[in-house]
Amino acid sequence: MTADLPIGPIARKLPSDRHFAIWNRLESVTDPEIPVVNLREMGILRAVRQSSGALEVVITPTYSGCPALGQMTDDVVQALAQAGVAARVLTQIAPAWSTDWISAEGCEKLRRYGIAPPLPGAGASGALKAIQFAAKSIAGSAMLTVACPQCGSHNTTETSHFGSTACKALYRCLNCLEPFDYFKPY
Amino acid sequence: MASHYQDYLLHLADNALILGQRNAQWCGHGPVLEEDLALANNSLDLIGQARLLYQHVVTVRRDGKSSEDLLAYFRDVPDFKNYTLLELPHSTALAPTAAAERDYAVTIARNFLYSALMVLVWDGLKSSGDAQLAAIAAKSLKETSYHLRHAHDWLLRLGDGTAESHARMQAAVDHLLPYTQEFFAPSAMETAVIKAGLGVATQPLQAAWQAMVDEALAQATLTRPAVAGHVSTGKIGVHSEHLGFVLAEMQSLARAHPEAVW
Repeated sequence: MTADLPIGPIARKLPSDRHFAIWNRLESVTDPEIPVVNLREMGILRAVRQSSGALEVVITPTYSGCPALGQMTDDVVQALAQAGVAARVLTQIAPAWSTDWISAEGCEKLRRYGIAPPLPGAGASGALKAIQFAAKSIAGSAMLTVACPQCGSHNTTETSHFGSTACKALYRCLNCLEPFDYFKPY
Repeated sequence: MASHYQDYLLHLADNALILGQRNAQWCGHGPVLEEDLALANNSLDLIGQARLLYQHVVTVRRDGKSSEDLLAYFRDVPDFKNYTLLELPHSTALAPTAAAERDYAVTIARNFLYSALMVLVWDGLKSSGDAQLAAIAAKSLKETSYHLRHAHDWLLRLGDGTAESHARMQAAVDHLLPYTQEFFAPSAMETAVIKAGLGVATQPLQAAWQAMVDEALAQATLTRPAVAGHVSTGKIGVHSEHLGFVLAEMQSLARAHPEAVW
């Protein structure tokens, strides 16, 4: 069942894919909490495939408790239904979603929307870092420089580990003094 | 074995649910707005983990009668298999009054002690013989690592803070640490699932956990109390008097309106 699922950074949308038209249709389905990026750019949309009888769209949750998952499922079904396509949405949790799967264009859209995108590569090694962290000062990871999405300055500081949604932390720019959300590496 | 494995999954799920419920009690009452949001987010992750695990129990059971809501809302105290540590009130008093103030130091100490264990357990469970449990573990590890970072940060701030915050943080550690003996106490359930290659033995993780705790306490200028005495037994369903109150609050709505939907 998982054989045809992409395990790479992000599900691919290729003109040669026989479901290319479906992928294009799904471009309009955006993240309910961040309406400027769509599910493909977020790396949430994993695969489109034909199963016995029904078209299946595979999505993966960002956080285990992400409250937007139900909404995303409904939105996918509705977007395809409007095009006359009946589809079933499957949720798959492995491989676990990573912020490294957010596409470059997705990161740029986040930045323009006022959310600092996750630092690349910061999500993948997080587990190991956490286990080793007590031996080394936590200061190392806190020192990662997040650029302010407003003015571009790296002179920023973390106000709070957690922000307005599960996927964001709260930061403040010490240059332009604006507070901003930072998409937590996951 | 099948029953031991279901109990083990429930143990992991109940841990997440009960701590999620406890931490959610800060929602609207956080010491500062940022921490109010932090604890609510922490609970959201934990309840998400619990849901994935309960859904997996339903799949494993294949009896057509279980559901995640039945498991969360219609079981009673002896059916819950969470560590006793996680059901205790946010207070260093063993029998606080209903009006007792919540102490954020207790919240932080508990989150730190539990998260430090769970990063090790989830990391081990990534190699579970059950692919679905391994998948849940890989996701949960990312979230628990972040919770550990948050709790560690505050352990340092409060421990190495003012005389008042230091004293309260030390009292919280003294109060809670004895309950961590349960983490490493063997149980028939765990022995069976470890043998089957589905679960993770906690005893071999104790040294790494202890090192994390000792390092953090030292950084926070706190001392580790000698731990001895009663070993709590929540994971085998024998709980403190506090779990009933947690369940009463958590389950009352679902029991008053069974099968209600939003």
